[in-house]
Amino acid sequence: MYRYTDFDTAFVAERNRQFRQQVERRIAGHLTEDEFKPLRLMNGLYLQLHAYMLRVAIPYGTLNSAQMDQLALLAEKWDKGYGHFTTRQNIQYNWPKLRDVPDMLDALAEVGMHAIQTSGNTIRNVTADHFAGAAADEIADPRPVAELLRQWSSDHPEFQFLPRKFKIAVTGSPNDRAVIKAHDIGIQVVEREGRIGYRVLVGGGLGRTPMIGKELAEFVPLSELLPFVEATVSVWNLLGRRDNKYKARIKITVHEHGIDEIRRLVEDRFAETRQAFNGADLELFDEIAAQFLPPAFRNVPTDAYDSAYESDPVFRAWADTNLWDHKAPGYAIAQISLKPHGQTPGDATADQMRVMADLARRFGHDELRISHEQNVVLPHVHKSDLPEIHKILKAHGLATANIGLISDIIACPGMDYCALATARSIPIAQEIATRFDELKIEHEIGDLKIKISGCINACGHHHVGHIGILGLDRAGVENYQITLGGDATETASLGTRTGPGFSAEEIVPAIERVVQAYLEHRESPEEPFLAAYRRLGMAPFKTALYGEETGKKARAA
Amino acid sequence: MPKAFTPKVVTANALLEGDVIYLAADDSWVRSLSQAEVLTDEAVAQIRLLDASARHAEAVGVYLADVAPSDEGPQTTHFRETFRATGPSNYAHGKQAEG
Ligand code: HEM
Ligand code: SF4
Repeated sequence: MYRYTDFDTAFVAERNRQFRQQVERRIAGHLTEDEFKPLRLMNGLYLQLHAYMLRVAIPYGTLNSAQMDQLALLAEKWDKGYGHFTTRQNIQYNWPKLRDVPDMLDALAEVGMHAIQTSGNTIRNVTADHFAGAAADEIADPRPVAELLRQWSSDHPEFQFLPRKFKIAVTGSPNDRAVIKAHDIGIQVVEREGRIGYRVLVGGGLGRTPMIGKELAEFVPLSELLPFVEATVSVWNLLGRRDNKYKARIKITVHEHGIDEIRRLVEDRFAETRQAFNGADLELFDEIAAQFLPPAFRNVPTDAYDSAYESDPVFRAWADTNLWDHKAPGYAIAQISLKPHGQTPGDATADQMRVMADLARRFGHDELRISHEQNVVLPHVHKSDLPEIHKILKAHGLATANIGLISDIIACPGMDYCALATARSIPIAQEIATRFDELKIEHEIGDLKIKISGCINACGHHHVGHIGILGLDRAGVENYQITLGGDATETASLGTRTGPGFSAEEIVPAIERVVQAYLEHRESPEEPFLAAYRRLGMAPFKTALYGEETGKKARAA
Repeated sequence: MPKAFTPKVVTANALLEGDVIYLAADDSWVRSLSQAEVLTDEAVAQIRLLDASARHAEAVGVYLADVAPSDEGPQTTHFRETFRATGPSNYAHGKQAEG
């Protein structure tokens, strides 16, 4: 796994030292909040509804066990015993005290972690496929490129005051699990005539003006990737709308100028940027890539797995939903659901973090991943160890068999924590999961992704949920809008609004009606929700939600 | 026609703890909405807000929030303020736990 260099360590230590002084000056009254706010945001510290919130980056979602143990320590020592894993492959602490934050940052630095560029108008934490380096369908591990981009963008002088935040995601597989089409830049590892290259997408994003990313280049060789990305950011840095925060993202620039014009400008700028890269980046890439070599896989029988699968239905249900194909024979990718029915999506207690760290140490080549779907992944486990792993997970409330199902909901913090929220999202997620667990139909429903945001900023990805829920404030009352047909994968699409929203009491029954309509209309259990929606369109769902009349109108339209 | 002035409290987040605080009549910051000073006069409310906003080393993001006076002290009128006054709904953390 990638280790920080001495340079990184010194850089982080210096930043922490500066921040400690800034906090002291703020407490002593020498800095006003207006002066302090940009400084704390640069270090991942927000002020929320009830407390400060510290957002810690987990670059490309990769953690080792010592890091996870340290996250547990922070949760216990400076928070209320838990942490919240987010869709941006971060962990957020909801209850730190201002005075403690410098100590928290120092504790993180001990294990090579920090909160830099988790906020502000910078290039944010680069995210990657959470199955990177493990997935059977992968062309190449996306993390060396993600790390190269992280090093290039960290403290890059040209890019510290961008028009707005900038998010990059990388996938190494044609099956996109990193939502690259909803990022400012999405990068996909591709192969052409035996050569590895990178397909570059630009201008995706969610928020108040959601857009699906467009292809900027079909194939960029490694030697040109950094100058090409730099040219792209640079073109936007000049063209980007600084007059209006809501129009400042690159998606708006691409939309206003058109992808062809942007491509032309990027190519012009690329002619300049490529001169500045002398190949040092390629040497760096080789050094980085060497640190992402796969672990030494064992080649042993899987009998223990096979017999548990035959004899234990609880284990079988978990294996069927939570495991994924690994590239090495006899291995599996095991997903640990942080969505027990009725609990807060993405939360883990300090004890649970330690259990997961320990599993990684004992059975998982010391690796853990955080998925953007707010779950934890053991990327490399031998199948023969899975019955034991499952037993330990079960003992700690971590064996919920619901990955990809209706209760595996993404939900942003919403009005329970977030100062920008217009409605709550967590309780809606809790109620939906509880309801469908009672009905005992979630396995029958199959693949269905619900994503919930507590305001138009769309941190909960509702636009790309098969069912999206957006919480709004309608005349002082929480109101929830439903969208259908969103998709976060390589076939990305934005959901369409069904019509008027529902109150907090009505929203769960409304979701139930949508699901019932799907079950009635699907061709067979093999036709998942999204496919059925794409075949049927909105009409049957409108009828289910609003009655026969509205449904008819939708059919006629 | 200008909207009639509705009763307000001065509220903010505490600099050190980050939690929700309200301005009391004696100028101290209190943790509980029930102890907050209810402002029924617009001019007074503006002055209380200005003075409180100048207390940089104590409070962050000072503003006026609507309340409805009652026998048990001021009550929130918007759900956002209700959450601020009590805490999150997924755990018994925040003010509701502090009693
Ligand atoms: C709780 C404090 C948070 C604040 C103040 C906040 C703020 C924002 C804002 C203002 C935007 C809109 C950006 C734009 O459209 O230009 C946004 C988007 C987004 N945030 Fe958050 N957010 C918070 C929490 C989270 C959490 C917990 C997650 C992960 C679960 C997250 C992930 C995202 C994502 C994925 C987007 C949309 C993608 C995009 O940038 O287009 N945020 N956030
Ligand atoms: S979507 Fe809105 S409510 Fe949810 S975390 Fe983002 S800013 Fe807060």
